[in-house]
Amino acid sequence: MIEIRVHGRGGQGAVTSTELMAVAAINEGKYAQAFPSFGPERRGAPVMAFVRIADVPIRTREKVYRPDIVVVLDPTILKIVDVTAGLKKNGMVILNTSENEEQVRKAFGIKAKMAPVDATDIAMKHLGRPITNTTMLGALIKATGIVDIKSMETPLKDRFGRIAEKNISAMQQAYKQTQ
Amino acid sequence: MPKRVGIEVSLAASEAACAADVDVIAAYPVTPQTHIVEHLSELVADGELDAEFMSVESEHSAMSACIGAAAAGARTFTATSAPGLALMHEIVFIAPSLRTPIVMVVANRALSGPISIWNDHSDIMAERDCGWIQTFAENGQEVFDLIIQAFRVAEDPEVLLPVIVNMDGFTLSHVIEPIELLSASEVSEYLKPYNPQMVLDPKEPITMGPVGVPEIYTEARYQAESVLNGSKKVIVKAWKEFAKLYGRSYKPIETYRTQGAEVVLMTMGSVTETAMTAVDRMREKGIEVGLMRFRLWRPFPVQEFRRAVKGIKALAVVDRAISFGAQGGPVCSKVKSALYGAPEQPQVFGFISGLGGRDITVEMFEQMVKKTIRYAKKGKGPMYELIGVRER
Repeated sequence: MIEIRVHGRGGQGAVTSTELMAVAAINEGKYAQAFPSFGPERRGAPVMAFVRIADVPIRTREKVYRPDIVVVLDPTILKIVDVTAGLKKNGMVILNTSENEEQVRKAFGIKAKMAPVDATDIAMKHLGRPITNTTMLGALIKATGIVDIKSMETPLKDRFGRIAEKNISAMQQAYKQTQ
Repeated sequence: MPKRVGIEVSLAASEAACAADVDVIAAYPVTPQTHIVEHLSELVADGELDAEFMSVESEHSAMSACIGAAAAGARTFTATSAPGLALMHEIVFIAPSLRTPIVMVVANRALSGPISIWNDHSDIMAERDCGWIQTFAENGQEVFDLIIQAFRVAEDPEVLLPVIVNMDGFTLSHVIEPIELLSASEVSEYLKPYNPQMVLDPKEPITMGPVGVPEIYTEARYQAESVLNGSKKVIVKAWKEFAKLYGRSYKPIETYRTQGAEVVLMTMGSVTETAMTAVDRMREKGIEVGLMRFRLWRPFPVQEFRRAVKGIKALAVVDRAISFGAQGGPVCSKVKSALYGAPEQPQVFGFISGLGGRDITVEMFEQMVKKTIRYAKKGKGPMYELIGVRER
């Protein structure tokens, strides 16, 4: 079972990104759970959302305390939230940042594996808005292979309708750019 | 073929009401039930469900409208959560008395105070004695299935009682997970159109719900009690037939790895899955522990329960609500009273946990089992205790 925690700010689509991941995994025949950190939604406030993906039925309803993967949609979160809290030993941080990896590591003391991508830049080019949730899906899939990138297309189309194509191209661009 | 989809459990609940082809929905939105009624209003507005969606001004009115609709012969659905359920309290008690087979989903939420929107079972426990059939779902699939089954049971001429399907607020209602959805045509094999025994009809007027004078009140209550207890055999039969048609089996009490178990955890609702993981982990360490859960809470399945505890030395009963001043939780109190006078009586230890949205973790279940083993060895333990409470 892979456990993922997504950090963002209210309104940036952290919850939506976890829903899309879960639906893609379920459509692949896997088992998945996606859920927000329950509570009143407040635009701009730090939020978390969670995903579990497994090949067998998932039998836990705990929050994700020890994630395998952390996704950070908004780099400004790093200053106020310890995004690596509970991260497993071989865990990985998928980070939206315009800075280089070494700078980020130094500034925030992150020792875990990292997959940085300038998702805000990609989102601005493809969507015209600094909303990085779908862009970061591309980075996540490239770095971890948790689902096939093609499996994301149907959930994105169902969710976004006529702006789905822009979101898909942003995701694909991040997939290309992420190491 | 049923569709396996990744869907929010709340939306699956709405899809179940839609597949059951309900005629009337009267509801007022309240967290965390909101998505259920939002989606139902969409389904009606989009013409996917041919039903009357009544937007009412309160839950008191919602339940009143549901009773009126059901009395007129409509298949009726509603959903609510803690403060809404509390506001409809007065009318909730009227529905079984009028034998109106309404189905209501309660997205369980803590009842104030302090005000909390998060999950526990204090809302439904305040309605424990309302005379409705009450079931608890473990996961999204069960929410969907229990709603379909609820209509079949409620409308059975031998029952004609309303049914509450409990689903944990947020921990189920806001989770996306894989669920097999049955379509209306697939459901129609199992759930025939509602054929009411008596209807409110201006052309042939009857009176429903007149005053119960002392000369008849006791008899009316006796009937309400008899029919609720008698509904169990209809419920069990309806669940068996569901398994035959759709392959998913349902029993009043479910057991997990209880074979050879000395200590058994007892749960209700979605925490059961976390408890399963705790049982698996402890079994790996050689601890003989199992798990039991009540799916059917009212009528309480006393015979099944007494059979299920045979050979078990100790029960660790997990409550998601405090019965204030009663030294325990409502489930544990019921378990103890059900065992009084029974031929086999395991020791019972009560634990209260997961209040107002606090997680019950695998480690907390392990802690409860370890305490139970220790108390059982000594032959005594506290009457009840809170697990996960910070004292400083």
